[in-house]
Amino acid sequence: MRIVVLIKQVPDTTDVKIDPVTNTLKREGVVSIINPFDMYAIEEALRVKEKMGEGEVVVITMGPPQAEVALREAISMGCDRAILLSDRKFAGSDTWATSYTLSRAIEKLGDCSIVFCGKQASDGDTAQVGPGISTHLNIPQVTYVKKIEKIDKNSAVVERMTEEGYDVVETPIPALFTVVKEINEPRLPSLKGKMKAKKAEIVVWKAEDLGCEPDKIGLDGSPTRVVKIFTPPPRGGGRVLSGEPEDVAKELAELLKKDIVG
Amino acid sequence: MSENDAIQVILEKCVGCTLCVKACPFGAITMKDKKAVIDLAKCNLCGSCADKCKFTAIVIKKTQLKKIFDFSAYKDVWVFAEQKKGVIQSISFELLGKGRELADKLGVDLAAVLLGENMEDTAKELISRGADKVYLVDSPKLKAYQDDPYTNILTELISKYKPEIVLCGASTIGRSLISRVAVKLNAGLTADCTGLDIDPEEKILLQTRPAFGGNIMATIISPNSRPQMSTVRHKVMKEAEPDLKRKGEIIKIKLDDDLYISRTKLIDVIEDIEETVNLAEADIIVSGGRGLGTKENFAIIRELAMALNGAVGASRSAVDANWIPYSHQVGQTGKTVCPKVYIACGISGQIQHLIGMKSSDIIVAINKDPDAPIFSVATYGIVGDLFKIVPLLTKHFKNIL
Repeated sequence: MRIVVLIKQVPDTTDVKIDPVTNTLKREGVVSIINPFDMYAIEEALRVKEKMGEGEVVVITMGPPQAEVALREAISMGCDRAILLSDRKFAGSDTWATSYTLSRAIEKLGDCSIVFCGKQASDGDTAQVGPGISTHLNIPQVTYVKKIEKIDKNSAVVERMTEEGYDVVETPIPALFTVVKEINEPRLPSLKGKMKAKKAEIVVWKAEDLGCEPDKIGLDGSPTRVVKIFTPPPRGGGRVLSGEPEDVAKELAELLKKDIVG
Repeated sequence: MSENDAIQVILEKCVGCTLCVKACPFGAITMKDKKAVIDLAKCNLCGSCADKCKFTAIVIKKTQLKKIFDFSAYKDVWVFAEQKKGVIQSISFELLGKGRELADKLGVDLAAVLLGENMEDTAKELISRGADKVYLVDSPKLKAYQDDPYTNILTELISKYKPEIVLCGASTIGRSLISRVAVKLNAGLTADCTGLDIDPEEKILLQTRPAFGGNIMATIISPNSRPQMSTVRHKVMKEAEPDLKRKGEIIKIKLDDDLYISRTKLIDVIEDIEETVNLAEADIIVSGGRGLGTKENFAIIRELAMALNGAVGASRSAVDANWIPYSHQVGQTGKTVCPKVYIACGISGQIQHLIGMKSSDIIVAINKDPDAPIFSVATYGIVGDLFKIVPLLTKHFKNIL
């Protein structure tokens, strides 16, 4: 059984700072990490492989050459091999073009039973790429998976998180799952894994290798276009209430009364 | 950079003025030998630099020949009406409110698309909330949401009736559904828009959304494809008020049997939220964090939430400590919420938490540490002991409500 995990390298948001002079995002020296939700996808892929007792886990990312670091981290956790989709022609891809490019890679790889993604990336927050890939591949999907109840070579029963609770969904395999944090606790890399990651060969695929249609990748393949970027106005200055707890609580209740009553 | 790249600095024109360096929201431009150098790994081709450059030294090229698109066949604004157990979700009324405004600016009709079982009376509700038309697909097979039939049917309807704009809630269902529909239609889709407007000249949809955890805002268009599709989060737009006198048309649609087939099978629907209010839809949220100290202490948060008829939220550390289930987590790895009032008790306000709640209308922070970052976003801050203040708040609210 071949399991694919799709990951994205994102800036570690704890480090994101706004430059007070230019009022823009400071990305210098910002540490890159694997998108937090993708860590759960990696872990779940490894668990399914272990449960099935056979197969391989292939981790794929699309990004600049530096994204190799994220792939090595995934290998150190236990993924068997890694593929980097990197080409200047991919620059400017929106979620449509990104999901197309990733689906081409999965098709080239061939014979994939399950595709795991995080529910969304922490930088873009769109949650559109996973469903986009399942559509390009024409396979069923279950999003927001919080538990895999049952899985074999032909089907799986999973729990899909909803606003009110969860749905229990049965799906044939191949299928694509996007996962939420609740699904597992990602493992730490083992020493052996780290050694393996150091030596691992990262395969790089370019647009040509994937047989991508030129008008479906990068900026040309992206139906959306960013036309303006600006810094949101800061929240107005707050007010500090001070005094004895009894008085402060009373004051706050009065202040909020109209907002709460409607 | 090479000449094949989508963005180019024309070295002869670049004078090294650094305007572009300042304009770049992504820190992708540096100066080398007094010429701008663009790091393509960071650049997302937003064009801010090219706009600022006084010397037209930065060029973004689209290799594709600009096609002449004829979108005159595309009319109307559509809202996907989300129902669960036959009940229209409040997000859909919020979208109808915004959709009405957009349709009026364009001088077109507002339509809702409703899929479900025995939904005819419910369809009338959509008309009372501003829809001129309701496309209704009624079938036992559509009773509960499933990816395949909903995707197939919505795609089919859009292809047939050609709306120019389609809005959908950024809910679990909405995000799963609309991303698939957009790919099938080769249409542009923008997630989690906080602002939607019509460009007065071009008559296209201007979609504004936060990026990088709300640190920057981006305005996005879909110039070369139709429909223009957006998702919107709960509570961002104002709900359309019902007007029972409104008239509209319900268009019942039957489609090929194939389109109703689902590869996945919904076995069960379980509701397991401890409190009855859904976080995303709550007007008031009371959240607890590490400052609570123990699982048992969450009781004071619940009591305040109950007094306010609100929902209970939590920070990641409270969830990680197993004081409360993950479904209550607010923040980057939990839920993004936008209530009228958010009361953070014993939450220090790590950036990951702030990302999930800082667009709330009013934020109240109660924390014993005056330097806690939560105070930087608070409308009202109280520095003090939450174990004293929260129960007192509960008491006072019970008195005045």
